[in-house]
Amino acid sequence: MAKREAKKEERFEVLLTRLEELVAKLEDGDLELEEALAAFEQGVALSRQLNQRLTQAQEKVELLLKNSRGELETSPLAEPGTGAKEDGDGSF
Amino acid sequence: MERTAASPEAQRASPMVFTVSQLTGRIRDLLEREVGSVWVEGEVSRPVLPASGHLYLTLKDSASQIKAVIFKNRLRYLAFRPEDGVQVLAFGRLTVYEPRGEYQLVVDHLEPLGTGALALAFEQLKKKLAAEGLFDQDRKKPLPVLPRRVAVVTSTSGAALWDFLKIIHRRHPGLHILVYPVLVQGEAAPGMISQALLDLNRLDPPPEVIVVGRGGGSLEDLWAFNTEVVARAIAGSKVPVISAVGHEVDYTIADFTADLRASTPSAAAELLIRPREEWLAELEGLSSRLSQALGAGLASWRARAQGASKRLLDPRRMIERWLVRTAGDTDRLGLAVERTYALSLARTRAAAGRLTAQSPDRRMGHLRERLSRLERGLALCLAGRLEGERARAGALAERLAGLSPLAVLSRGYSLTQRADGRVVRSAGMVEPGDRVRVRLGRGELGCLVEEVLAGGPPEGGSGPS
Repeated sequence: MAKREAKKEERFEVLLTRLEELVAKLEDGDLELEEALAAFEQGVALSRQLNQRLTQAQEKVELLLKNSRGELETSPLAEPGTGAKEDGDGSF
Repeated sequence: MERTAASPEAQRASPMVFTVSQLTGRIRDLLEREVGSVWVEGEVSRPVLPASGHLYLTLKDSASQIKAVIFKNRLRYLAFRPEDGVQVLAFGRLTVYEPRGEYQLVVDHLEPLGTGALALAFEQLKKKLAAEGLFDQDRKKPLPVLPRRVAVVTSTSGAALWDFLKIIHRRHPGLHILVYPVLVQGEAAPGMISQALLDLNRLDPPPEVIVVGRGGGSLEDLWAFNTEVVARAIAGSKVPVISAVGHEVDYTIADFTADLRASTPSAAAELLIRPREEWLAELEGLSSRLSQALGAGLASWRARAQGASKRLLDPRRMIERWLVRTAGDTDRLGLAVERTYALSLARTRAAAGRLTAQSPDRRMGHLRERLSRLERGLALCLAGRLEGERARAGALAERLAGLSPLAVLSRGYSLTQRADGRVVRSAGMVEPGDRVRVRLGRGELGCLVEEVLAGGPPEGGSGPS
């Protein structure tokens, strides 16, 4: 499911490039009034989208370990000193 | 052991007498049995590779030396080519090459020992992989500008990982970070690191970037990142890889094959992602440019529109103006048309007259044609006019006829006249016995009044009927 979401969402740099192009077009001043308004609207929408990408998203730090079946599993990562996951001998 | 035909001295003593081959063979047996396979440490001296394909060298230390050979079929499996002066560790069998009476070490395995040897192995692997194109710039994949899922392959002991995470968190919280713990030195390290890269590429969805690295250490400590196994695993990763091994000055083979090299894990964090504030500021800048550009566009449009509208009047006044103009125009137009018609008529006639008066013979035909066309045209016009008039006249005549008393008669009414010719309008104008004349629509009758059925005033008049 996450894979499908990733396919629909375009990459940050793609959106940013599009916004830069829109702004450049508007600044050129060659657009008809309707086109200029449309470009502006699109620009606002893109800007909002980009802002969301930057400010939303929860930070998550996970440890990937193989279970007995050889599959990778995630578990929360504890900082050293909090004593959670690590064994003393420094292996891993 | 054979007794040979001996000299008198030999016969007298009766000891064992060997031939050279026998003796050499004995020495060989002894060495192979008593010493056999050994590990030997020493310095390589004067390696030679003749046409036979076998590598001959001497291993020595400060006091002694021993001849060694690596046969062609073993040489193939050796990733490391010993060079003069390099310290090595060799494993092989001790034997005697009988034709020359030399003992030698037949080497099965050779590996570099000490920094010098490691540096050599480094150079050799670097050359080999570079020749394969694994370091080429156009192989390197671009890193996503704002990755959301990042994997880190490193040891969880040591400060490197935590420094990395701290910097990421400070710059741009909101990333999803996967930590794949591995050994970063020792024999098992290269295998674990390459397995990690394989596993991460197989994840669904895979991370957008993989960071592979460790904290600082000696050349031996970092050695895992100079192995072919790790180098190929990095080169084969579809996910872009950032290598972050050791200190500023260390360059490992992993660094050459990675898509981006960071000098330390902390540097990797900085290369990986720009601080969020920078992005937000850039967006802010773009947004204000957007608004300004539109504002400027609108202002210029407004100015143009205002300029145009100044020249434009209130629509209602415009319509009035137009009406006034056209009203006069219509009259003038009508007159103009009539005048033009009359004019053209006159002119055509005049022209026709002139023509018939003069013209040379040659042009006559043409001109006559034109003339007759014009005349026909005129005639048609006139005919048309006449037709019109006739039609009007006809219509008028019909109406007139409809109003005539005679028409009334055709509808069934009759006109009665008494003897003195006066039209009888009222019953009082006649008496029974009078003779009257009745005019019908068609025909006349002489009639006798028999009786008055309904009375009326004596003389017609305008009384009620």
